[in-house]
Amino acid sequence: MSSQTSAPAPVLQDDAEGMSYLSNLPRRVVTLYMPLAVFVFVLLFPFYWMAITSVKPNDQLTDYANFSPLWVAAPTLQHIKYLLFETSYPGWLLNTMIVATAATFLALAASVFAAYAIERVKFNGSRYVGLAIFLAYLVPPSILFIPLAFIVFQFGIYDTKLALILTYPTFLIPFCTWLLMGYFRSIPYELEECALMDGASRWQILTKIVLPLAVPGLISAGIFAFTLSWNEFIYALTFIQSSENKTVPVGVLTELVRGDVFEWGSLMAGALLGSLPVVILYSFFVDYYVSSMTGAVKE
Amino acid sequence: MFASLGQSRNAPGLLFMLPAAVFLLCFLAYPLGVGTWLGFTDTRIGRAGHFIGLENYQSLWQDSVFWLSVFNTVLYTGVASVLKFALGLWLALILNENLPFKSFFRAVILLPWVVPTVLSAIAFWWIYDSQFSVISWALMKFGWISAPINFLGDSTNARASVIAANVWRGIPFVAISLLAGLQTISPSLQEAASLDGATSWQRFRYVTLPMLTPIIAVVMTFSVLFTFTDFQLIYVLTKGGPVNATHLMATLSFQRGIPGGQLGEGAAIAVAMVPFLLAAILFSFFGLQRRKWQQGGSD
Repeated sequence: MSSQTSAPAPVLQDDAEGMSYLSNLPRRVVTLYMPLAVFVFVLLFPFYWMAITSVKPNDQLTDYANFSPLWVAAPTLQHIKYLLFETSYPGWLLNTMIVATAATFLALAASVFAAYAIERVKFNGSRYVGLAIFLAYLVPPSILFIPLAFIVFQFGIYDTKLALILTYPTFLIPFCTWLLMGYFRSIPYELEECALMDGASRWQILTKIVLPLAVPGLISAGIFAFTLSWNEFIYALTFIQSSENKTVPVGVLTELVRGDVFEWGSLMAGALLGSLPVVILYSFFVDYYVSSMTGAVKE
Repeated sequence: MFASLGQSRNAPGLLFMLPAAVFLLCFLAYPLGVGTWLGFTDTRIGRAGHFIGLENYQSLWQDSVFWLSVFNTVLYTGVASVLKFALGLWLALILNENLPFKSFFRAVILLPWVVPTVLSAIAFWWIYDSQFSVISWALMKFGWISAPINFLGDSTNARASVIAANVWRGIPFVAISLLAGLQTISPSLQEAASLDGATSWQRFRYVTLPMLTPIIAVVMTFSVLFTFTDFQLIYVLTKGGPVNATHLMATLSFQRGIPGGQLGEGAAIAVAMVPFLLAAILFSFFGLQRRKWQQGGSD
């Protein structure tokens, strides 16, 4: 009753088509919910397909006449069992875990110091170093892998996990430094000045004042760096030869695919299990992940 | 004001920079130099090379496969980037509306980007299977096609399929980054425009889009860079086939350099990607510049 007597509401409704709080439900269904449903379906279907294939018995995998491919009649764990007990898969998982963790910690440690030096110590030329770090972020691995393979060979670390642990920071450090610079910028100078008045050294300021305040930034950078190292492929493919040193993406592709007979069940199980650690990590830290992704873009 | 800290800047600053600098010089700057040098030599795996001047580049210039890979890379990058931008912007606009379970959708939509590319590409490989593709099955069920589509065996289909897989993986990054940009645009601007009688298209074109330009420039630079240097997706899905129809410069560089053993030639192909990357970076740089006066900013 009262809404009919107040003039502005109906007047606004005429002009403001599409503004979310004014548009009516059928219109929202067509312009918002239906496209969103299509997007979500397309973006998630491959995961569903991966999951359903990994629990399908072999006889149902290609028998579309008697079984609907979208569902599974008698789910089985044989593919996962095969993967875990008859292939080197658990070893690859362990390798990936070791490499990703070590590379992340190395990169984070180096990045914290670098970001602090560039952003807060402001030594002569720190602006140019900051710019150089950003440019380093834009150098793609696919133009570096051949010379890196050459160098890794010269250093005598070819076909070892060390080769990956030392080369992954090349793309992690620029990213983490760039991200942490943004975080350090948001910490007030006054806090550092107070600490300096109280006689704290540079080192104490960094470890006791700045780092505790930058913990969200460290988590963001760490999560992102871990995911990037987990997903890395071209270096691992180039630098690693022996099966026991392979990472999950390389192992699944080079060892589980053999000949013309594709064992889709175990391949999909391998892809699913290999994705799970990063997905679980991501699901716990969605907001940190999003902030690191958009933070790197915004600056 | 900050002079007290400034007195002792350079020594600790450089000390803090040291770990990152050592990594980046050893494994980024040095390989870049080595890569450029290798491009001028006839180095093979297991045999030191001699300086041969521009011979690698001369032979590439006359190599039709190389030019095909350049064409493919430009096509792949162009089509995939445009699609990623259009669909990503659309998805970002949808997610920017007032939706139920918004944070859930935002989290779920990023999944394709979080999961290792190689592993999701293996899922696409199975989706694109020439006989048992679930897409063919669905289309045949609807009666739209009579025989399974040969996704990866025909050159046009293969190009479209790898582009579709790349777009699938790239949409979340574009959408979530643009969403972060959209959320910084004050709703009062939209309200003001709608009070002035702007239609929803006009509000998008003259309010949202100009405000979003800087973010679009950065996001699309990253997107173009990553697409141009893409390796994993092609390596998994087609390995460059059929008849080199999907060979990108990165995959050709790998094929010639590592399994082919011609490190010099592979490095030359990688170096040939650099001008394109520089062009993309400069393009985005000037895209960013132009926008500041559009906004009435000081720069």
